[in-house]
Amino acid sequence: MAADTSATFDKVADIIAENSEVSRESITPESHVTEDLGIDSLDFLDIVFAIDKAFGIKVPVEKWTQEVNAGEKPAEHYFVMKNLAARIDELVAAKGA
Amino acid sequence: MRLEYFQMIDRVVSLEGDAIVVESRVPQESPVFEGHFPGHPLVPGVLLVETMAQASGWLILGRNGFAQMPFLMSVKEAKFRNFVGPDAPLDVTAKVTHDGSGYTVTEARVSSAGKRIADAEILLRSMPFPHPDLQAAMRANAARIGLPGHAA
Repeated sequence: MAADTSATFDKVADIIAENSEVSRESITPESHVTEDLGIDSLDFLDIVFAIDKAFGIKVPVEKWTQEVNAGEKPAEHYFVMKNLAARIDELVAAKGA
Repeated sequence: MRLEYFQMIDRVVSLEGDAIVVESRVPQESPVFEGHFPGHPLVPGVLLVETMAQASGWLILGRNGFAQMPFLMSVKEAKFRNFVGPDAPLDVTAKVTHDGSGYTVTEARVSSAGKRIADAEILLRSMPFPHPDLQAAMRANAARIGLPGHAA
């Protein structure tokens, strides 16, 4: 991971640990948010809310879910931690553009 | 307000932008008061939470034009500051504090005669209406309470 994405990963992992019963140590860049970490839908909403606030963005969860359900993107593209961090960096960059 | 039917809102006073003001009056009598509490009737805190959630829900429905149904997902920082009993007039406000993707966060407050009764941060998830009957019922209720754009 690039340096900034690594920082984003750390921040998101901290948020997940604070908003769920997942321990911080168990979260790795390769972790799938739901399949590996077992985040349920309510915890996921709290996590997205915390990410929105922390990064000043609006994580487009509905759009991502639609793309995954339509087979346009693999779930890993959005929901594996290192990729989630990269998507968040893209959203932050787009906001500042 | 009909506690047994979970009809917590009597009338929408205003809905502008990201905020709604509604009002309601606690009924003089209700089976709820027989248990909560004998000799000292009080609106249960959970029903005050429901009242704030419903005000938030009407705010979201008014904003999204009944495109999706908001469902209560979490309540944080709920505080019950004063007792409220039979026949009390309630003023309820809700304001969007965060508009997420598929969810909305509000700050809601109940007051009565200028006195703070309860407040909370409420998170609702919006989903497609699971059944057309629900959408029709919500539209009928919107007309009953005078949600702007849905008056009877």
